[in-house]
Amino acid sequence: MKKLRDGLPLLPFLAVVVIFLIIPTVTVIGSAFFDDGQFSLARIQALFSSTALAALWKSVLLSGSTALIGAVLGAVLAWLIVSSPPTSMVRRAVISLCSVLAQFGGVALAFAFLATVGLNGVLTLWVQQVFGWNLAGSGWLYSLTGLILVYTYFQIPLMVIVFVPALEGLRDQWREAAVSLGASTWSYWREVAVPLLTPAFLGSALLLFANAFAAYATAAALVSQGSPIVPLLIRSALTSEVVLGQSGFAYALALEMIVVVAAVMVAYNALVRRTARWLR
Amino acid sequence: MRRNTLGGRIFRGVLWVAFGLFFLFPLYAMADFSTRNLIAGGRTLRAWQNLIADDALYSAIVISLLLAVFTVVAMLLILVPTMIWVRLRTPWAKGFVEFLCLLPLTIPALVIVVGLRNVYLWVTYFLGESALTLTFVYVVLVLPFAYRAIDAALASIDLKTLAEAARSLGAGWSTTILRVVVPNIWSGILSAAFISIAVVLGEFTIASLSGYQTLQVQIVQIGKTDGPTSVAASLAVLLFGFVLLLVLSLVTRGRRRATVENVVQPGAAA
Amino acid sequence: MNTGVAVELNDLTRVYGTVKALDGLTLHIEPGELVALLGPSGCGKTTALRILAGLDEATSGTVSVGGQDVSKVPANKRDMGMVFQAYSLFPHLTVLDNVAFGLKMRGKAKSERTSQAGDMLDLVGLSAHKHKYASELSGGQQQRVALARALAIQPRVLLLDEPLSALDAKVRAQLRDEIRRVQLEVGTTTLFVTHDQEEALAVADRVGVMSQGKLEQLAAPADLYANPATPFVAEFVGLNNKVPAEVSGGRAHLLGTSVPALDGSVAKGLAMVRPESVTITADPAGTATISSVAFLGPISRVYAALADGSVISAQMASAQAKAFSPGDPVTVGVEPIGVLVVNAA
Repeated sequence: MKKLRDGLPLLPFLAVVVIFLIIPTVTVIGSAFFDDGQFSLARIQALFSSTALAALWKSVLLSGSTALIGAVLGAVLAWLIVSSPPTSMVRRAVISLCSVLAQFGGVALAFAFLATVGLNGVLTLWVQQVFGWNLAGSGWLYSLTGLILVYTYFQIPLMVIVFVPALEGLRDQWREAAVSLGASTWSYWREVAVPLLTPAFLGSALLLFANAFAAYATAAALVSQGSPIVPLLIRSALTSEVVLGQSGFAYALALEMIVVVAAVMVAYNALVRRTARWLR
Repeated sequence: MRRNTLGGRIFRGVLWVAFGLFFLFPLYAMADFSTRNLIAGGRTLRAWQNLIADDALYSAIVISLLLAVFTVVAMLLILVPTMIWVRLRTPWAKGFVEFLCLLPLTIPALVIVVGLRNVYLWVTYFLGESALTLTFVYVVLVLPFAYRAIDAALASIDLKTLAEAARSLGAGWSTTILRVVVPNIWSGILSAAFISIAVVLGEFTIASLSGYQTLQVQIVQIGKTDGPTSVAASLAVLLFGFVLLLVLSLVTRGRRRATVENVVQPGAAA
Repeated sequence: MNTGVAVELNDLTRVYGTVKALDGLTLHIEPGELVALLGPSGCGKTTALRILAGLDEATSGTVSVGGQDVSKVPANKRDMGMVFQAYSLFPHLTVLDNVAFGLKMRGKAKSERTSQAGDMLDLVGLSAHKHKYASELSGGQQQRVALARALAIQPRVLLLDEPLSALDAKVRAQLRDEIRRVQLEVGTTTLFVTHDQEEALAVADRVGVMSQGKLEQLAAPADLYANPATPFVAEFVGLNNKVPAEVSGGRAHLLGTSVPALDGSVAKGLAMVRPESVTITADPAGTATISSVAFLGPISRVYAALADGSVISAQMASAQAKAFSPGDPVTVGVEPIGVLVVNAA
C-alpha cells in the first residue's frame, strides 16, 4: 500500500506516456487485427498483397544497403575522428554536425540533395556546363537509388555517433600490452581490436537498419508521387481519398513496421550489452 | 591508433578531404541554390527574406519555436520531478521508468501518428485545434534523449544527501527541487533542453500526418513551388541546430563520456 | 629459468614542448636485479619505464639491453614483459588465452602455449581460474594474471608500472611480496615504478629516487633510509623531525648532543631526525614536556614539546611508551646515527 501511495507523484509522467505512446501503439497493434469492430485477419492478409510485399522488399533493400554503406564508411569516419586530439574544435564541430544530420535533418537533407543534384542543382548545372552530361535527367533522385544516396547522408553520421564511443572504449593499455607482448599493428587489430569492436559494429549496423526502416520525413519530402517503400505506403493509405477503408491498411502496415523495428532493436540491445561490459 | 608517420598523416588527410567534400558540398549547394536569382542571374537574398516576409512560413517558424519552448518546459516539469522522486522515494520503479523513457526508441514516430488519431479526437476536443497540442506527443518523442541527459547528471551528484540536508533544514519539496537539486544538474537540464529543441524543430512525420502547419511541414509544402525558399529555410534549421549542439558540447565539456547506448530514435526526424 | 640481462639507460632526456619529463637520466641495472624507481607523480619515473619499453621515444640518450643498443628497436621486438597499473587484460579472452597471448604472437603451437601458460598460472597460484574472464576476477587476481602474462614469454626484462596502485591496502601488501617472490624465482631483470616508498623499500635490491626528471639517489633500501643524499630524498623516504642544528667538524650539534653529519649537510639549518632515533627519558629537571602519546599497536609515537615550543615525535615500543603521560617533564635526545642538515625552508 505504501508503495502505491509513494508512486502517486509518478502519475503525470505515466499519464503522458500512456496516453501519447502506449495507447497509440496498442491501437495500432489491436486495430490490425480488427476489421469493422470484429476480429479478423483481413488487414494482416493485406500485408501479403503484391503492393505491400513490394514495398516491404524495397524498404528492406533500402535499409539494408544504407546500413551496410553507412556502417562501413561511418566506422572509417569515426576512426578518423578518434585519431584527432580529443578537445580540438574540429572534433567538436564534426560531432555536432553529425548529431544534426543524423537526428534532426530529415527534411533538410531532401532539400540539400535537391539543391545539389536535383534538376536545377548546383552540381547538375556545373556538370552540364563542363561535361555536357545531364546528371538529374532521369529523375533518379526521386526513386530508390536517390533515396539510398540521401539516406547514406544521415546513416554515416549516425554510425559516427554510435561507434565513436566504442572506439574510445578501446583502452590504450590493450594496445600497449599487445605490443609489449610482441604484436605487430596488424596482429593487434586482428587479435584484439577487431574482436572487441565487432559486437559494437554489428549492433550499430542493426541500429542503422532500424533507423532507415522507420524513417519517413526524407522520403516524404523527396517522393511526392508513388509509394515505393513502406512508410510512403502508410502515407498514401492515410491520406487516400480514393478508398475510404484504407486506414485499416495503414494499421496493418504500422504493425509490420513495429515488428520489424522491435525485432532489430532487441538484437541490437543484446549485442550492445555485451560490448558495454568490455568497452567501459 | 595514433600513427604519426607521414604516410599515416597523408592517408588521414585524404580521407578527411573526401568526407569533407561529401558532407559539406550539399550544404554549400544549399547556400548557393537559395541565394540564386533564377530570373536575372546573380545573387539575391529574396529566399532568405521570405523567412520573415512570407506569412505562412513566418507563422510556421513562430509555431515551431513556440512548440519547442512548450515541449522543453513540459518535458522538464514532468520529467525532472519524476526522476528525482524515483531516485529518492521509489527506487523500485527506476527500471520501469527507464524502460518507458527508452521505449520511443523502438516505436517509430510513424506508428505513433497512425495510432494517435483516436487520442487526438479527444485532445482537440479539450484543447483546441492549434498545433501547440503537439506538445505532449513531442514530450514523448524527446523522452529518450532527455532521460539520458538528466539521468547522467543526477547520477553524478549525491542526490540523497543533498535532499536530506535540504529537508532537514526545513525546505519543502518544491524548494528542494528548484533551489537545491536543479542548480546542481544544470548541465543535464541544458543538454536535455537543447536536444529537445533540435528534435522539435526537425520533426516532420507526426506534424505532417496530423495536418499541422509546423516549420518542416511548411518547408515541404513551399518546396513544391518555391525551391529556393524551402532550401533557405532548411539550411537555416540545420545551421541553428548545429550551433545549438556546438554550444552544448562546449558548455558540457567532456563531463559525461558517451556510451554505446546513447542512441537515437529510429526515424525521429529522418 | 632466466638469468636476466643488464639494462643501461644512458643520459635519457625527454622533452614535451616546454616540459622536461626526463633530464639526463642514467641508470644501470644488473642482471637479475630488481630496481625500484620511486618518486611523486610527474617525476619522470613512468616516462623512463615507457622509453625502456619502447612505448615512448627519448629526445636524446640511449637504451641498451644485454649490451646491445635497442633505442631504435620497435616496442614489439624488444622482448620485454610489462605489467600495467590496471585494466590491461584483454576482456574478450580467458585468463589462459591472455597469458598465452605473447606465445601466440611468437608463433608457438597451441599445445605448447597451453602448457607454458598453465605453468605460469601455477607460478602465480591461479590455475583454478584458467577459463574465467577478466571481469570475473578481483583486482589482485587480475594483476597476478597480468604478471603471468608478462613472464610467459620469458622476457629479458620485466617492467612494472605502478602495478599495485589501484589495489586495496591489504591486497597490495600480499601482492607485493608475491611479485618479489616470483621475480626472485624467475631471475628476470626488473624495473619497478612506484610512488609508494614502503613498496619500493620492501621489494627492491636498489631504489632510485627521482624528482623532476632527475635521479636524486640510487642505493640499497637500508642505505637510502639511513643515509639520504639530498634533502628531497630525506623528506620523501620515511618520516622526519626537523630540529635546529649547527654543523662543525663533520658533526651536527643539536638537542644538547652531537652526532655525525651526513655528506651534503649545510653549516646551519634543520637536521632531519627519524622518530625511531629520538630518545625520551623521564627527567624532573627536563626542559621538554610530553604533549601526547599515540598508540599504534606494536609501536607508539610519543610527542614532546621542546623548550622553544616546537614538537618532536619519538617512536618506541608501546611497552616503553606506557611510562609517559601528557605533562610529564622529560629530556629529549638523539641516538648517535648520522643526520642530514638542510636549509630551513
